[in-house]
Amino acid sequence: MTVPVSEAATEAVTDTVIELDGVEKVFDVRRKAGPLRRLRTQVRAVDGISFTVPRGEIVGYIGPNGAGKSTTIKMLTGILNPSGGRIRICGLDPTRDRTRLARRIGVVFGQRTTLWWDLPLRDSYELVRRMYRIDDARYAANLAACVELLDLGPLLEVPVRQLSLGQRMRGDIAAALLHDPEVLYLDEPTIGLDVISKTRVRDFLRRVNAERGTTVLLTTHDLTDIEQLCRRVMVIDHGRLMYDGDLGGLHAVGDSERTLVADFARELPPVEIEGARCVKVDGPRQWLAFPAQASAAPLVAAVAAHYPLVDLSVREPAIEDVIARMYGEDADRT
Amino acid sequence: MRGGFYAAVAVRGFRRYATYRTATLAGVFTNTVFGFIIAYSYEALWGQRPHLGGYTEAQALTYVWIGQALLQTMALMAGGFEEELAERIRSGDIAVDLYRPADLQGWWLSADLGRACFHLLGRGVAPMVCGALVFELALPTNPVTWLLFLVSVTLGVVVSFAIRFLVALSSFWLLDGAGVSQVVFLAGLFFSGMLLPLTVFPGWLGVLARALPWSAMLQVPADVLLGRHEGTGALLALAFQAGWAAALLLTGRALQAVAARRVVVQGG
Repeated sequence: MTVPVSEAATEAVTDTVIELDGVEKVFDVRRKAGPLRRLRTQVRAVDGISFTVPRGEIVGYIGPNGAGKSTTIKMLTGILNPSGGRIRICGLDPTRDRTRLARRIGVVFGQRTTLWWDLPLRDSYELVRRMYRIDDARYAANLAACVELLDLGPLLEVPVRQLSLGQRMRGDIAAALLHDPEVLYLDEPTIGLDVISKTRVRDFLRRVNAERGTTVLLTTHDLTDIEQLCRRVMVIDHGRLMYDGDLGGLHAVGDSERTLVADFARELPPVEIEGARCVKVDGPRQWLAFPAQASAAPLVAAVAAHYPLVDLSVREPAIEDVIARMYGEDADRT
Repeated sequence: MRGGFYAAVAVRGFRRYATYRTATLAGVFTNTVFGFIIAYSYEALWGQRPHLGGYTEAQALTYVWIGQALLQTMALMAGGFEEELAERIRSGDIAVDLYRPADLQGWWLSADLGRACFHLLGRGVAPMVCGALVFELALPTNPVTWLLFLVSVTLGVVVSFAIRFLVALSSFWLLDGAGVSQVVFLAGLFFSGMLLPLTVFPGWLGVLARALPWSAMLQVPADVLLGRHEGTGALLALAFQAGWAAALLLTGRALQAVAARRVVVQGG
């Protein structure tokens, strides 16, 4: 992490990297209400959010679709102007100092690529180097590190359009880190990836955070991302911050359940076991729900001791379910 | 290092089109065939009406081959960046571009200048040489005239870019921008002087056609190369192009600022 001296000197030394104070975003939406009449309605996508993130933290920012996550990230990058409240990223106002800030942040959108579609990966990085004016030594070192850790070596000469989703995602993450950003926003970085790719991406992010002290804000629908990366979680719904604390607390508040999917040697009546309840039976397969904070090990041992267990897997609760339980409302909202 | 990014983007724009060799060959063939068809038509026309539009027959034939050389360079039949940009706007990928520490318009302009440079060399030179071998053309010998022509072509490309940038930005408001781009391209074919030199049209139609920005793409560069402007006339012609380029680029910037506020509503 090298911050140019001039920039470091002009701003007060602070350990708070992300700072939001009563941030709002209101969109005007015009709707047809007749052949000529248009109704103007206001949508409060973000409705008074305040939080701070200290340097070097990884924070999960979660919530159902349409909760206001992407709108928040767009305001944090400065491409969207807040309707109210105050935002400071590394001491800068994102909308006013958008270009200056852009050199100090990295953004990865899981569903969009920042790479040049028809160029080899290496050419995309070369353009990023010029765009951010990264000096040669730093560029070489960062690229080498990303290539090694994300296993990009064989992909550098391949045009981006020929990469698989997992490869492209790794390529995108590397592109966002070449200029040593102090803050990294990740918008669903593991969406659509297979288990191996997900693990690789998570390992890499953990390492970047530990070694460079990069502050990370992560939105995801995959609870495993949060569990493996974040100690702190923020839940947003209807544009409001509903929860800000550690993950364990979220499960306690949400009273959420994990599911043990057990395959037995033959069809059985619903299993009865201490600490779990059978929620579904399909032939020899049964679904057993148990509290998310509880360890799965004793339950598995008990099931195996009393029943002819052939195979099993544990399913984590979806974040939508946790949130839905938390606030007792329908999670099927899209 | 300043400007390094935009220069690099321009180089990639050039290389990107240079990779499609078969397409380039096919394009050169098409341009040459069309050149011959139009050249023979002009020969007949100027045979009947010598000095039509103030051109001698040799000048008219030269005009034809300049047109074929610039057809792709000015992206008069589409085939530039605009579809790609429109697609990024429609899909919402444009949000990624907007947070970058680079200027969106400058970025796409660089890429398009790279493309135009390739098309001028790859698609322009060969048909012109073919034409010169078969017909007697009125090409200048003065290197200054050629230099002015290159400046004029560059300004023409910028005007062409600025118009297509506006067309692409219309995707922010229209779900399907195909209609707009078709109208604009048809207008471009006619008002650039690709069908007939704009000096041929009489009265107000000619005045209007010569005042519209499309004339900067073919009519003006062709007249510069044909040496139809005397003395400072050529500079005035370049100023006309530069004026339109500036006005359209600024309109594009203003529209881009309005559009940037819109982008975020989609895919919130």
